[in-house]
Amino acid sequence: MQTRYSAHIYGWLLLLPAAVLLVAFTHAPMVSAFVDSFMSTPKGARPARFVGLMQYETLIEDPIFWRVLGNNILFAVWTIPASIALAIAMALLVNGKLKGRGFLRMAYFTPTVLPMIAVANIWMFFFTPDYGLIDQIRGLFGGGPVNWLGQQSTALYCLMVVTVWKEAGFFMIFYLAALQGINPSLYEAASLEGASRWTVFRRITWPLLMPTTLFVLINAVIGAFRLVDHVVVMTKGGPDNASSLLLFYIYEIGFKYWDTAYASTLTVVLLVLLAAVAVFQFTYLDKRTHYQ
Amino acid sequence: MRLGEASLSAIELRGVAKHWGTTRAVDGINLTARQGSLVVLLGPSGCGKSTLLRLIAGLEEVTDGSIRIGGEDVTKLPPARRHLAMVFQNYALFPHLDVRENILFGLKVRKVGAADRDRRLKRVAELLAIGHLLDRKPGQLSGGQQQRVALGRAIIAEQPVCLMDEPLSNLDAQLRQDMRREIRALQRELGVTMIYVTHDQTEAMSMADQVVLLRDGRVEQDATPAELYARPATLFVASFIGTPPMNRLALADGPHGACIKGAPEAVIGDSGGTGLVLGVRPEDMVLAVDSGDGLAGTVDSSEYFGADTIVACRVGTETALIRCPGNRLLPPGTPVRLGWNEGAAHLFDAGTGRRRSVD
Ligand SMILES: Nc1ncnc2c1ncn2[C@@H]1O[C@H](COP(=O)(O)OP(=O)(O)OP(=O)(O)O)[C@@H](O)[C@H]1O
Ligand SMILES: [Mg+2]
Repeated sequence: MQTRYSAHIYGWLLLLPAAVLLVAFTHAPMVSAFVDSFMSTPKGARPARFVGLMQYETLIEDPIFWRVLGNNILFAVWTIPASIALAIAMALLVNGKLKGRGFLRMAYFTPTVLPMIAVANIWMFFFTPDYGLIDQIRGLFGGGPVNWLGQQSTALYCLMVVTVWKEAGFFMIFYLAALQGINPSLYEAASLEGASRWTVFRRITWPLLMPTTLFVLINAVIGAFRLVDHVVVMTKGGPDNASSLLLFYIYEIGFKYWDTAYASTLTVVLLVLLAAVAVFQFTYLDKRTHYQ
Repeated sequence: MRLGEASLSAIELRGVAKHWGTTRAVDGINLTARQGSLVVLLGPSGCGKSTLLRLIAGLEEVTDGSIRIGGEDVTKLPPARRHLAMVFQNYALFPHLDVRENILFGLKVRKVGAADRDRRLKRVAELLAIGHLLDRKPGQLSGGQQQRVALGRAIIAEQPVCLMDEPLSNLDAQLRQDMRREIRALQRELGVTMIYVTHDQTEAMSMADQVVLLRDGRVEQDATPAELYARPATLFVASFIGTPPMNRLALADGPHGACIKGAPEAVIGDSGGTGLVLGVRPEDMVLAVDSGDGLAGTVDSSEYFGADTIVACRVGTETALIRCPGNRLLPPGTPVRLGWNEGAAHLFDAGTGRRRSVD
């Protein structure tokens, strides 16, 4: 009994430093955001007071919130499958017997190493009307200049392209590692049966990559709601919030308009959203995944 | 199907070679496997057994030579068009599919109808006694069960040729013996031609109709197990078959004929002995402690194995192992007399290693 107690204490002591940091910088802010979302924003001499669900009512009636949320969902729905598909395609390519695949692997991975700010700057140049790479190429075929980042119909999609370009290489590394863990004689067994490449992918490779996909998916979802660097650098959410994402909106509300209580409310919504996605992934998808 | 020669030789290799740079994994192999026979590819590690099997399967491309299966030249055909099934050394079961799906994989790929599929699955499951395992994943099976599933996947294809690469190497001794018998019985029942790779001579001797002993990518001897044991073509074969393998005693010229090096008594009259090696199996040798007949020797050591005792004796400069029935533990240094049964002596050329007739 005595030793079991001391083992417990010992264990807790070992966990303490990490736990303190987690509580101080993750859990406490979460709780305080939750609490603040029921308060008013303190202004000058007026301290914050309890306002119940008032902030949430504001949120429901806030058209910008809905627009930004829609943007963000659209952003996730496009970028996540696109970057995963691209990552798998690249991983399959550089995993094959290919001359210069070492170089290719590096090339595909490079965008991941670059900071998002740098990436955004590179793409700013590509998107520049008239002088930019894209318009120059379009010019060759007689296309006129397009203000890619400056018009509502294209701004958000430009951000998506940049995100996919940046994330795919990162995800590729995980897929590459997973592919190399697959027993090559599985493919040989399939080839003896005369399975087509598509059948092999659908029935062997894809299911065996499922644990990786789950992991990548979680990262991708978090990334879709967390990445704002490119928004800041490239569009500042404009024009008319057409390319604003949830986190960028929270940043604007909290640190540009200093409406901290409303920012807290938005934060709570974001957290609930992410939590829901995580629960879905860990329960439903996890059950359908084969772990080796 | 054509009658005549083609139907008799299910697999025919002519001058098959596989080189990787300067490595000659398989180097000009000729081999014929008769319809419905079990051919074992035997040899030490790295002699090219797996490579040869993979060449037959089409998983590797030949550097040279031709391969015929069922009378058809398949040298350039992809694996799927060679009409064969294969059991891999590590079984290569799909870890994410249950046993049923593993076994049915090939039939589904080939779009075999559901009714036909079910019928064949039922038969295979019965044959291998794995009916109760169909819903499990490979990870939930024991080694022996996985082996059966791999076998099932090969059998259900109903191909005329089945290739196996050391399918029993992961199993314990008891299970191995059981599976050996099962595979052999199954092969006979289904009438398939089987090429079976192993480096275990007991497996080869007990299962094969025909053993092809390989060494450094070449065929050392291609014969029935009995022939391989009774008339090894080379010193290498002699040293590979038998536990313990055949004694190889270097000969020299003696005063009355060829003698074992360092022991002047003639073992073969009227001939020189230099450059020859005498081969005698331990089980063909007789050892006497008190009688005066035979070659003089001294006991080096003896090991008791239950049914018999292996006694190591020094004769001249050479060492011979003798299998004695029962418990014959003799203290080292005991003087003994050695002899062997009529017709048990084999002669080999020391230089080339090839068999010589005993006159
Ligand atoms: N892909 C390859 N590239 C280069 N050399 C190879 C390759 N595969 C096999 N070899 C060489 O060919 C030779 C024969 O190999 P193989 O795998 O056929 O031996 P094996 O008889 O099956 O041995 P084991 O009993 O250990 O399985 C070895 O020297 C091996 O190093
Ligand atoms: Mg091998």
